[in-house]
Amino acid sequence: MSYLVLQELTRRYGPEQGLFELSFALERGRTLSLLGPSGSGKTTTLRLLGGFERPDRGHILVAGEDVAPLGPAARRFGMVFQHYALFPHLDVGRNVGFGLESLGLGGAELERRVREALSLVDLAGFERRRIAELSGGQQQRVALARAVAPEPRVLLLDEPLSNLDPGLRERTRRELRALIQRIGITTVIVTHEQDDAFDLGDVVAVLRQGRLQQIGTPETLYRTPANPFVAGFLGRGSWIDGTVVRAPAGGWEVVVESARWPLADLPGRQPGPARLLFRPGALRLADPHPGGLAGVVVDRRFAGADCYYQVGTGGGGMLEVLGRAGAALAGQAVTLVPAAEPVDQDGVMHVFPDEPA
Amino acid sequence: MSRHRVLALLLSGLLVWLIVYPLLLVARESLLGPAGPTLDHFRSLLTEPREWGALWGSLWISLASVGLSAALGIPLAFLFERADFPGRRLLGALVALPVVLPPLVGVIAFLFLYGETGFAARLVQAVLGRDTPPWRLEGAWAILLVHAYSMYVYFYLFTRAGLARLDHAMLEAAASLGAGRWRTLTRVTLPLLGPSLRGAALLTFMTALASFSAPYIFGGGFRVMPTQIVLTRLNGDYGLAMAQTVVLSVLALAGLGLAREGGHVRAAGGGKGVAAPRRRIASVGLRRLATVGGWCFALLLLLPHLTLLLLSFVPAGSWTVEALPPAYTIANYRALLVEPERWRPFLNSVWMASLTTVVALGTALLAGTLVVRTRTRAARLLEPLLALPWLVPGTVFAIALATAFSVRAPWIGRFILVGTIWILPLAYLIRNLPLASRAVFAGLRGLDPALGEAAASLGAGRFRSFWRITMPLLRPALAAGATLAFVTALGDLVTSIILYTYDTRPLSLEILASLRQDDVGVAAAYGVFLMILSGLVFALGSERAMVTG
Ligand SMILES: Nc1ncnc2c1ncn2[C@@H]1O[C@H](COP(=O)(O)OP(=O)(O)OP(=O)(O)O)[C@@H](O)[C@H]1O
Ligand SMILES: [Mg+2]
Repeated sequence: MSYLVLQELTRRYGPEQGLFELSFALERGRTLSLLGPSGSGKTTTLRLLGGFERPDRGHILVAGEDVAPLGPAARRFGMVFQHYALFPHLDVGRNVGFGLESLGLGGAELERRVREALSLVDLAGFERRRIAELSGGQQQRVALARAVAPEPRVLLLDEPLSNLDPGLRERTRRELRALIQRIGITTVIVTHEQDDAFDLGDVVAVLRQGRLQQIGTPETLYRTPANPFVAGFLGRGSWIDGTVVRAPAGGWEVVVESARWPLADLPGRQPGPARLLFRPGALRLADPHPGGLAGVVVDRRFAGADCYYQVGTGGGGMLEVLGRAGAALAGQAVTLVPAAEPVDQDGVMHVFPDEPA
Repeated sequence: MSRHRVLALLLSGLLVWLIVYPLLLVARESLLGPAGPTLDHFRSLLTEPREWGALWGSLWISLASVGLSAALGIPLAFLFERADFPGRRLLGALVALPVVLPPLVGVIAFLFLYGETGFAARLVQAVLGRDTPPWRLEGAWAILLVHAYSMYVYFYLFTRAGLARLDHAMLEAAASLGAGRWRTLTRVTLPLLGPSLRGAALLTFMTALASFSAPYIFGGGFRVMPTQIVLTRLNGDYGLAMAQTVVLSVLALAGLGLAREGGHVRAAGGGKGVAAPRRRIASVGLRRLATVGGWCFALLLLLPHLTLLLLSFVPAGSWTVEALPPAYTIANYRALLVEPERWRPFLNSVWMASLTTVVALGTALLAGTLVVRTRTRAARLLEPLLALPWLVPGTVFAIALATAFSVRAPWIGRFILVGTIWILPLAYLIRNLPLASRAVFAGLRGLDPALGEAAASLGAGRFRSFWRITMPLLRPALAAGATLAFVTALGDLVTSIILYTYDTRPLSLEILASLRQDDVGVAAAYGVFLMILSGLVFALGSERAMVTG
């Protein structure tokens, strides 16, 4: 049985604000990343989990017990707040010991547990430091130590990396992942960064306007996004219209303007007009020749050894294509061809049938 | 020497002369006898039981005022900031009403509301059918009642502001760490409110210690230092009055030292937080109770205002034994408007309060700019100099000015100002300086220096940058400072009673005079004027502060 189960959890703030019928199940010791754009209901979900917000309806089960009626103090969930919410009037040791005191611990036992929690986050010996004397990264680790010290059943993290600058962020993310794995605690992380979500989460749930779009492993989400929103939200890519047709020799093909490219033979494929998402690596630049997708390089952006080329197609589309830095100049005519065939292998390109309006 | 340095030096010199020098003169005279230096004055202060009594009275009344105000103001602040119930907004504003009553006016309202011939006493007397008043409003309890009424507002406002600033995530963090309500309150909320509570306690202590009107009217045989000083001086014992003055300022400074000792002000949690949402009181019964209780409380707070209003329509001498006045008239107001002699005090108070407010703000702006922009030693002196008059009770300052400027000795910086129309505005100005500069300094510090630099990079000269950027952004601070300064000066009694001249007699003294002549209606009408004017200024000030704030 799953350890943390949400059943149709709902909290309405407005017709499209809040959270609507969120259900998922998370195994013990696994990490779930909640990913979504601003206002999609990530914080709302986390606050419902923490007990700071009451659901309009739905259940939150931990090991089969419904904790929805419990207040935050009785829930035994640990939370790391976005701005850490460390108590400025208590030193590091007392911050970390705060939750242990709630459990009735004191004296040498309390000190031992505080010491343990602090060494877990590499801050051994920091007990008597004042909060204001810590750097942002250290504060984050104190907040983490404080949350895990009482051995909560579930750990909640609200945008744990958003306050850190890029270099520190990268390192902290690795440390955070290692720590969560070491403790083996069931964790829910909120983030709006795809990298963080993929890196930290065994499972990723994508939210939009309070509704769950898709939940699965990072790989599943990237390779088989459930809808255009998920596909577009995860990673770079450009959209263009096309048509899915049966190939004369069997199988499927996609027609994009003058080009006709083979598609993988996926179950449930339908012929008809479709919206196509190309990742930058799906196509490559070739010298102009008949048969491919003809276009003109409008702009190119330098990114190390490679460049992102903006290619305007003859039919008025715009595609972003990754290529070697010297592959083409702005203003040059090119033809786009698949980097590999079929063009949609490895999730570099996605086909979404046009919904009948 | 740079221009800034010269300016800072000049301004510091001026402030030392007007603020520090008079205080030093008081200290000197407290040690002077007819035959040279002596400790006689302090000796009699220490040996006479009456003197001891006044000192002890001042101390315990001030501490008790702090306790009472805290007991009233803190829970109210929690109720209005944290809970939601019908009428919360309006009631929350009404609760701050005592601030529109200048001290003397409040005291008079209390006199006619709860005094032995006041409405409440008459009502009880009528109900019980007795022919003596059921109580007398006199002594320590009367003073404490007035203090609690007017000073709980400090705790209420400071605590509310502190609660509004408190990061809600702190409380959620405590809850998620398993702390119940009580533990969250005692271990997290109250410690984080520490700076606000200490600020309120200090303000209440200082105000209570300096309070003059309540002990003056209600004290009876009960003495506190400020009234004792005025009395001693009236009896002609100048040396002793000086010694008392020194002791009172030492007491005030001790209070300040203790409050500072209590720990340094800490920023409450990064400041990125969001205030806790109000929790709607769940039980219908409790919600009704909060609303009804709130309205009853607001009515209780409003009774003094209403008393004043009612009295202002009572013809002189018409109200004798009845429970409510038998006749009403607008003659009192007509008297105020028609008789130039009665107009004068009103005009006096208004012009002196306006002038001193403007000058105080100007001084504060100049000093603030010098302090914030330059780092000379003279500039660093400016801030404590400007704060000093607040640390010393009004009586002390009045005595100090009266001492310093009643002698003509230009070569040591002493001129005769006592008895001229300039002494009272000078006293008001000095008392306004801390109020104005505190607001202006806070405002200036809150300004992002990058804004000035941005203006300069866009080609604005210093003058244009000041008028177009600094001034508009400072408006809330200026409005707050101006409001406090103006209202304080308008209702001042403490300094006026020592320094006034006939030509500058202010409203408060005219009210006292009318009261002495049993012209209760006229006194009340003056009080209503003061109340309305103060209320208007407060409303205007807070609106101004709101626009850009
Ligand atoms: N207390 C509230 N009252 C009213 N509406 C709210 C409240 N809290 C959140 N909302 C609304 O619910 C929606 C979801 O908010 P939520 O804070 O969960 O978004 P989020 O995914 O965390 O966004 P972000 O990435 O910007 O933090 C938003 O439209 C928000 O305006
Ligand atoms: Mg959020």
